[in-house]
Amino acid sequence: MSQSREHGNVDGELAAAPEVNYLNADRGVWSWLTTVDHKRIGVMYLVSVLLAFLIGGIFAMALRVELLTPGPTIMGANTYNRMFTLHGVVMVFMFMIPAIPGVFGNFMLPLMLGAKDVAFPRLNLLSLYLYWTGATLAISGMIMGGADTGWTFYAPYSTTTPETLFPVLLGVFILGFSSILTGLNFIVTIHTLRAPGMGWMRMPLFVWSIYATSIIQVLATPVIGLTVMLVGIEKIGGFGLFDATKGGDPVLFEHMFWFYSHPAVYIMVLPSMGVVSECIPAYARKNIFGYKMIAYSSLGIAFVGFFAWGHHMFVSGQSTFEDGAFGVISMFVGVFTAIKVFNWVGTLYRGSISVKAPLVYICGFLFFIVFGGMTGIAVATVSLDVHWHDTYFVIAHFHFIMVGAVIMAFLMALHYWFPKMFGRMYHEGWAMTAAGFIVLGFNATFIPQFLLGNAGMPRRYYMYPERFQALNVASTAGSSLLAIGFIIILIYLVFALVRGKRSVDNPWDSRGYEWMTASPPSKHNFDETPIITQDAHSYQKPGEEVEHVVI
Amino acid sequence: MNDLMRRLLFLPEQASTFAPAVDHLHYFVIAVTMIASLATGLVAVGFLFKYRERTAEASTPIVSPSVKFELSVIIIPLFFFLLWFVQGYRDYVWYTTPPANTTDIYVMAKKWMWKFSYGGGGPNAIGTIHVPADRPVRLLMTSRDVIHSFFVPEFRIKQDVLPGRYTETWFEATKPGRYQILCSQYCGTWHSQMWGEIVVMPGPEFDEWLADQKRGALANRVDTGTDDGPSFHGSIVEYGKKIAMAQGCLKCHSVTGEPHIGPTWLDLYDRRETLETGETVVADEAYLTDSMIDPRAKIVKGYKPVMPTFKGRLAAPEAAALVEFIKSLRSTSLENVPSKEAVYEPVKGAR
Amino acid sequence: MSSSDAHAEEGGLPHHAHHFESQAQQDGAARLGMWLFLGTEVLLFAGLFLGYTVYRHFYHEAFHECSRHLSLVAGTTNTIVLITSSLSVAIAYDAVKKGKNKVAAALLVFTILCAIGFLGIKSWEYWVKFQVGELPGKWYHFSEVTAPGANLYYTIYFLSTGLHAFHVIVGMSVLLWVLKGVVKGKYGPKNYVAVELGGLYWHLVDLVWIFLFPLLYLI
Repeated sequence: MSQSREHGNVDGELAAAPEVNYLNADRGVWSWLTTVDHKRIGVMYLVSVLLAFLIGGIFAMALRVELLTPGPTIMGANTYNRMFTLHGVVMVFMFMIPAIPGVFGNFMLPLMLGAKDVAFPRLNLLSLYLYWTGATLAISGMIMGGADTGWTFYAPYSTTTPETLFPVLLGVFILGFSSILTGLNFIVTIHTLRAPGMGWMRMPLFVWSIYATSIIQVLATPVIGLTVMLVGIEKIGGFGLFDATKGGDPVLFEHMFWFYSHPAVYIMVLPSMGVVSECIPAYARKNIFGYKMIAYSSLGIAFVGFFAWGHHMFVSGQSTFEDGAFGVISMFVGVFTAIKVFNWVGTLYRGSISVKAPLVYICGFLFFIVFGGMTGIAVATVSLDVHWHDTYFVIAHFHFIMVGAVIMAFLMALHYWFPKMFGRMYHEGWAMTAAGFIVLGFNATFIPQFLLGNAGMPRRYYMYPERFQALNVASTAGSSLLAIGFIIILIYLVFALVRGKRSVDNPWDSRGYEWMTASPPSKHNFDETPIITQDAHSYQKPGEEVEHVVI
Repeated sequence: MNDLMRRLLFLPEQASTFAPAVDHLHYFVIAVTMIASLATGLVAVGFLFKYRERTAEASTPIVSPSVKFELSVIIIPLFFFLLWFVQGYRDYVWYTTPPANTTDIYVMAKKWMWKFSYGGGGPNAIGTIHVPADRPVRLLMTSRDVIHSFFVPEFRIKQDVLPGRYTETWFEATKPGRYQILCSQYCGTWHSQMWGEIVVMPGPEFDEWLADQKRGALANRVDTGTDDGPSFHGSIVEYGKKIAMAQGCLKCHSVTGEPHIGPTWLDLYDRRETLETGETVVADEAYLTDSMIDPRAKIVKGYKPVMPTFKGRLAAPEAAALVEFIKSLRSTSLENVPSKEAVYEPVKGAR
Repeated sequence: MSSSDAHAEEGGLPHHAHHFESQAQQDGAARLGMWLFLGTEVLLFAGLFLGYTVYRHFYHEAFHECSRHLSLVAGTTNTIVLITSSLSVAIAYDAVKKGKNKVAAALLVFTILCAIGFLGIKSWEYWVKFQVGELPGKWYHFSEVTAPGANLYYTIYFLSTGLHAFHVIVGMSVLLWVLKGVVKGKYGPKNYVAVELGGLYWHLVDLVWIFLFPLLYLI
């Protein structure tokens, strides 16, 4: 963030620009650290989550390099175990969960609602500080003390490992608290600060998805908070809560952990679905197809997602009846995603599509969410899960959702809203090139991992039988393409930030409400409160006669 | 066709009766998944070309879904999903229900090795188990430290192994050969090296092997169980007796036929007991092991629920040895000739 | 937390933050925020209740026997103390609404004294447990209950009552802060949402105890 601010000082063009926007309204690092402006908080989240992504990504690359050979390659077994733990904890708790809500939720939500800020601006800043505290604690704890449990912290391994786990657990607890406060803030904002004329059925779909996400954040996160604290307390005190020799039950931990961590998957993926629902109408210049179905299916996912956690535990020794019940519930979660996919494709139909970089991500997203989602249904099919459970098939499946869908949407959002946030334009040609690298590299990384899982390679394996080597090498090669893509993006976006062309207020000619104000917006978003007179994602000019088609 | 699909998907050999059932559903699910995701991606790309922007100010029609459309996008996927669930669950129920007359093997997992013990005076082993082909084999598994998971890719079976609890799984191997056992639940530094081997032998060969082991022809023995815990030289029944004394079982259970605080162990095995609840239960291996872990679940009529749980206090071979000891207590054979069971002597250097 | 945020910008007279259209809108936001926060608190305790349920199912006799060894007198007294304090905070809220700040302040002081009383009785109970060895996990050495699972009962007992006591302290601090505003005349008939929310939080603390008391002491 400091680049853009300093840039405001040195660049004559911007300094001379007549408008005062949120970036240059106040100056100095202090003005950023004490701001309650949701846009600045969003920008600070952007820098923070990108840093987390960088850390997590470097660890991921190290893991892929280690797996090039069946034996030890570049690190020892304990280092490897710590590294995948770091990769998991950083990516899940510091990138995936806060990424889209923290950055784009914060920045766009009030703009989309026609509000001047979120309901509790100071609480919002507190969330960010809690995020920083938690992230610092967890990362420094992992680097200095080491944590080798995987991000799942399964007891009794986690309660008996000699590693100092406590800073990490405390960090996760604090990050959870940050996530709860953000969710709470958003729900209240959506309920109370909608512009006049914006009924529930006129809210942009991104807002719906953030709303559904926030409900999960508020209701599920306290449970993981308690669970990690119990692990911490157990580790210090040895009370026997999850220790079978003292009468405790390790499976209870699994239930408590997945009660949060399954809905947490939707905390990660729902906002990305919201981004897609915003981008498709904008680039297809067409009304969203099936608004209500998309909106309600977000709530459906949030609701049903709470009752499916047991499908992570089919081979844990729970009863066959439980396995069946959780299995059948999981099938219904899949249907909600299917509804969304059909409606997104339906929106492209008969549009007037301007093919820009985000559209490459949209096509990638559609493929990944269908393949990733349906392999999710496949692993929820009880008999198939017996073979796939805890193998690379599961790894590939959730990376298709977590990386395939969420990162595609994150990059889509970053490109779509970049001119909105910074008033600058990136180089379209480089953006297309990078998008190509990312989509191809992603497939090349994770499709071999599906096959590895089929072949029977368990996850979290430092060394592996030689028969798995070819596929591992293929996967590592693919991941290098992915890395190149990210490096290109980093370079041209930083360049755009510093030397990019000035963008017009609404470069995509989008009808999203966030584009009604200047880009970048002024400090208080709107000079006067907007009044909403039409449905969200409407591409008709007032009074224009257009064809109505029902299919 | 089966073989082609299997190779395309990099699936290992199908070496159990469960494997083909899993694989056939797998092919169906993956084929539909591939078709659906490729179709979605391609339709999207196709629309990109077909409906790309021609003029900047082009107006687009309002397209809205009919109820029929929305219902079909709900019902068609749900149909497939539920179909898979029903088929998968049927296979799964079969997989979780071991048939009668299984060959039972006790498995104990610890960081980072697999230990096996055979009932009926068979050998103990580390790392390798021998099983018969074309006969159901049941594994009764527990862990000594953290959660592990018993995974044999060729059999398509996997079961978490928990400390303080017994989990079971079963399989019927179809092809003699050697297959790898992998631990698939992360368990620490050498999780990735916690491997073992299943040697599947044709039925008659297995019988011969087992009989050989029981005869105690030491030269032919697989490595015998050594452990950090108490090692014991002698028959498994004697081992069981020693554990019964060490754990204090005999303070409450007599071996002479007199009822004491708990039921007598004499002739207990295979006896039909009436429970407090009025139900009856046959005291088989499952009941006996369950009663050590959760003694108050099934109390025999007339006895008080005073027995403490031995959950976590008995390792798998110990529980197995206790069961074998109880099985050996038959009134008809009390004054029997000396046992001809295998003598337990660890192979030197085996670890 | 949410209440502090919404009201921190207020001076002596009610006036809403710049991003709200009206005082009513701001009050509505604060209320909704508090209710959501209470929801997360309930789910925080839900995890412990789940642990209680599971282990009670496993070791119902031990749990039953252990609950006999808690002081029913102390527990009942504490329940009465908390219910009384909930009543007084409710009346205080009503008094602020009617502009009777002195009555309200007295009632809030009474509520806070109740909270201190509660913590005192709880500490005494803890002290007794420490004396006889009714302690969680490996420190358990109470000879009267030997059934397996007793150590887990006390683990859950100390965790849940400890977490509750922590909430009592937080609730007390919130009420102290509300009391300060009431005494200074910051709150009155037109500006009472902070009092309402502080009271709500206190009711939650009370409510959690209403569940803990029968589970731990009675059944």
